[in-house]
Amino acid sequence: MAASTDQVVSKCLDGYGSAIGMPQLCGDWMANQVFWLVVTLVVIFLILSRIALPRIAEVLADRQGTITNYLAASEELKSKAEEAERSYIKALNDARSEASRLLDASKAEMKKELQSAISKADTEISVKVGESEASIAEIRKNAMSSIEKVAKDTAKEIVSALGAKADAKTISTAVSSKMKG
Amino acid sequence: MAGTAQPSEKSDGLVFHPMDQFIVEPLFGSGPIYWYTVTNVTLWMGLSVVAVVLLMLVGTSKRALVPGRAQSVGELAYGFVHKMVEDVAGRDAIPYFPYIMTLFMFIVLSNFLGLLPMSFTTTSHIAVTAVMAIGVFLAVTVIGFVKNGVGFFSLFWISSAPLALRPALALIEIISYFVRPVSHSIRLAGNMMAGHAVIKVFAAFAGVALISPLSVVAITAMYALEILVSFIQAYVFAILTCVYLKDALHPHH
Repeated sequence: MAASTDQVVSKCLDGYGSAIGMPQLCGDWMANQVFWLVVTLVVIFLILSRIALPRIAEVLADRQGTITNYLAASEELKSKAEEAERSYIKALNDARSEASRLLDASKAEMKKELQSAISKADTEISVKVGESEASIAEIRKNAMSSIEKVAKDTAKEIVSALGAKADAKTISTAVSSKMKG
Repeated sequence: MAGTAQPSEKSDGLVFHPMDQFIVEPLFGSGPIYWYTVTNVTLWMGLSVVAVVLLMLVGTSKRALVPGRAQSVGELAYGFVHKMVEDVAGRDAIPYFPYIMTLFMFIVLSNFLGLLPMSFTTTSHIAVTAVMAIGVFLAVTVIGFVKNGVGFFSLFWISSAPLALRPALALIEIISYFVRPVSHSIRLAGNMMAGHAVIKVFAAFAGVALISPLSVVAITAMYALEILVSFIQAYVFAILTCVYLKDALHPHH
């Protein structure tokens, strides 16, 4: 297939360097392609299998491990936080019960004090009432005796005014018996 | 033969050379291409190695707990292929993961590099994809016999079918088994070649002022589609490898 120009290098090219038919079917080039393909594939295989793939596998495993570790750590922190929450709630409850206990105690004390104050006041009141009653009874007794005396005197005067004679003793006895009746 | 429509005058009128982008040529000077010649194949395969190094080595060199962009993509690729191997071929296929990862990374990066303007798409060549497909085919067959011995033949002997049908089914199964590397390789090379050739054809039409806006839109649309295809074909190649591997490890239907 050699044409007029000296550019012709194979039976697959025409005189102008263009392909004759399909270059894919040119047998002259196949050995070259196969050789370089094998070289390329071997190089790529060595690069991938010796360095790249183990490295990527390692990176992926590392990442997986890191993620697992982080998840475990977060789990641990979560349980810690829950524990802290529990202790906080416990402290809160303790404080609450303590406060209510204190409240109850102070309430009871106050009640007791109040009670004693009330009873003290009661006794004072009753003492005062007794004194008052005694003084009232005194006053009443005095009044009664005054009235009796006045009544005796008056009766004696009335009897003497009526012209009758009576001794003082009889009159006072009569007045006393009348007043009692 | 569309590529040689105008062999006479190169710059004359509407010239289509959609296949010229697939020409293998020496990087330095000109001359015959021997198997060891440094060609554009070498360059673009080398660039795919560079891309692998950048993505999988440089990107992950920090081993960051919270990955950056490159490391994220590297880890994503790792996880994607690893999960595919595990889901499709099973847990006992994990030892073969680096091999499938190698194929996937090479194909997906070559496909994407091939989308750069003026680039050479190594995966558009049947010679390249066929080597990988035959490699997978041979490896899977050897693994099947090593792991299962003669039991590997039960892959072709469908015990759930009626006995009378089994010989016929066995013939079909054997044919389909041997067709695997063909479809496996042509699917990838064909997809890449077709997409790139179509973009080139649209690009040739851009020389005509009247159609050029349409042409640019069409190139853009095709380019978007090719990005999708680049990934999907790499994925398909890898997942089919996993399926074949599963057949080798568990030949019983």
